[in-house]
Amino acid sequence: MKTCLVVDDSSIVRKIARRILEGLNFQVIEAEDGVDALVVCKKAMPEAVLLDWNMPVMDGYHFLSHLRRMPGGDEPKVVFCTTENGIDHIERAMDGGANEYIMKPFDKDIIAAKFQEVGLIELPEESPV
Amino acid sequence: MTPPDYEYLRKLLKDHSGLDLSADKQYLIESRLLPLSRKCGLAGIGELVQKMKSGTPAIVAQVVEAMTTNETFFFRDKVPFDHFRDAIMPEMLKARAARKSIRIWCAAGSTGQEPYSLAMCLKEMSAALAGWRVEIIATDLSQEVLEKSKSGIYSQFEVQRGLPIQLLVKYFKQNGELWQINADIRAMVQHRQLNLLHDFSQLGAFDVVFCRNVLIYFDQDTKINIFGRLARTMEADGFLVLGAAETVVGLTDVFKPFPDKRGLYRPSGARATIAPAAMAMPKIAAMGR
Ligand SMILES: C[S@@+](CC[C@H](N)C(=O)[O-])C[C@H]1O[C@@H](n2cnc3c(N)ncnc32)[C@H](O)[C@@H]1O
Repeated sequence: MKTCLVVDDSSIVRKIARRILEGLNFQVIEAEDGVDALVVCKKAMPEAVLLDWNMPVMDGYHFLSHLRRMPGGDEPKVVFCTTENGIDHIERAMDGGANEYIMKPFDKDIIAAKFQEVGLIELPEESPV
Repeated sequence: MTPPDYEYLRKLLKDHSGLDLSADKQYLIESRLLPLSRKCGLAGIGELVQKMKSGTPAIVAQVVEAMTTNETFFFRDKVPFDHFRDAIMPEMLKARAARKSIRIWCAAGSTGQEPYSLAMCLKEMSAALAGWRVEIIATDLSQEVLEKSKSGIYSQFEVQRGLPIQLLVKYFKQNGELWQINADIRAMVQHRQLNLLHDFSQLGAFDVVFCRNVLIYFDQDTKINIFGRLARTMEADGFLVLGAAETVVGLTDVFKPFPDKRGLYRPSGARATIAPAAMAMPKIAAMGR
């Protein structure tokens, strides 16, 4: 089973994300901010990180730059998931080493599509009803 | 809804758009047509049917459009677009090297995600296509989806299903919560209204046809008829791409599956035994459309 680290300061968002990701067969670990998340990554690199931008203590962008400089830190697929929906933020995140970018609000379809995009899951081909 | 009203609508939809509803799809009709009848100031499906019977063509067209399923997304199912990039286009680049032109048809383009996905694929390989003329023609029965397709404007939700973020940043302009695909991509796609039940030979010959997730709504005879006419409007070495739940197998031998590439077909050279548009047309004429 792949592990996904969900980093968000909102416990509600973490809970929703957890439900969706467990539905996609991920083992979910939660962190409240970037520092918390780095501690988790030092112990064991997850396969995936779902990452909020604005958080107290250390924001998602800074977490990402730290992560990418850690040994093995280029392994995890990092998918931003944030209300920062401006194209400038998206470009900064991608330049900073993110693999994909989700603009909140999100749902299961979007997470599944984006995780498929970066090769974390394979989706069965869909057919119309 | 009364059984006669249901039967009337079922037949009308079959004749006008090919939509083949089984006997138990009352809920589908209600969920799609109740909002429409309200919009027209009518009390319910009964009054709507009355109005249709009194021969108001505009309302018939609205009913037919309201009953279409327009769901689509960018790079839907992904694999067909990989095939397009890795198998279809390389082969076409060789086969058309002399005339340097390729014609592509999206036969049920809906709100544009499919034709624009192809346009972005082509843009990504523009180095190989320098000096080439590539046409993408997107058609659909529904005028409403064509208008949206032409505008190229999508919601935040729509641009996050299937579209890699790099392509969003590269080919779209943001306007608040909406995203519009760039003018140069829009200019690569021509739009036309077209009912697949009707003759489409006037569109000319195509090298690549995407006809995905539309035949699935039709009955077997209608599918066979459309395959027959599709084969005639395609170059002998062209490619047909069908949706994940669609196939020619068991229906017709005018196309044959392309080995090892699911969803990909090529004309077989066999002639269709059914005359062009012969099956669907007379009924429609009889409806007095
Ligand atoms: C589910 S969408 C498929 C869109 C796209 N090809 C895809 O695979 O994502 C089906 C489309 O077929 C169109 N359609 C239905 N009946 C049609 C007909 N008889 N002729 C042309 N288009 C039709 C509908 O308006 C709708 O936009």
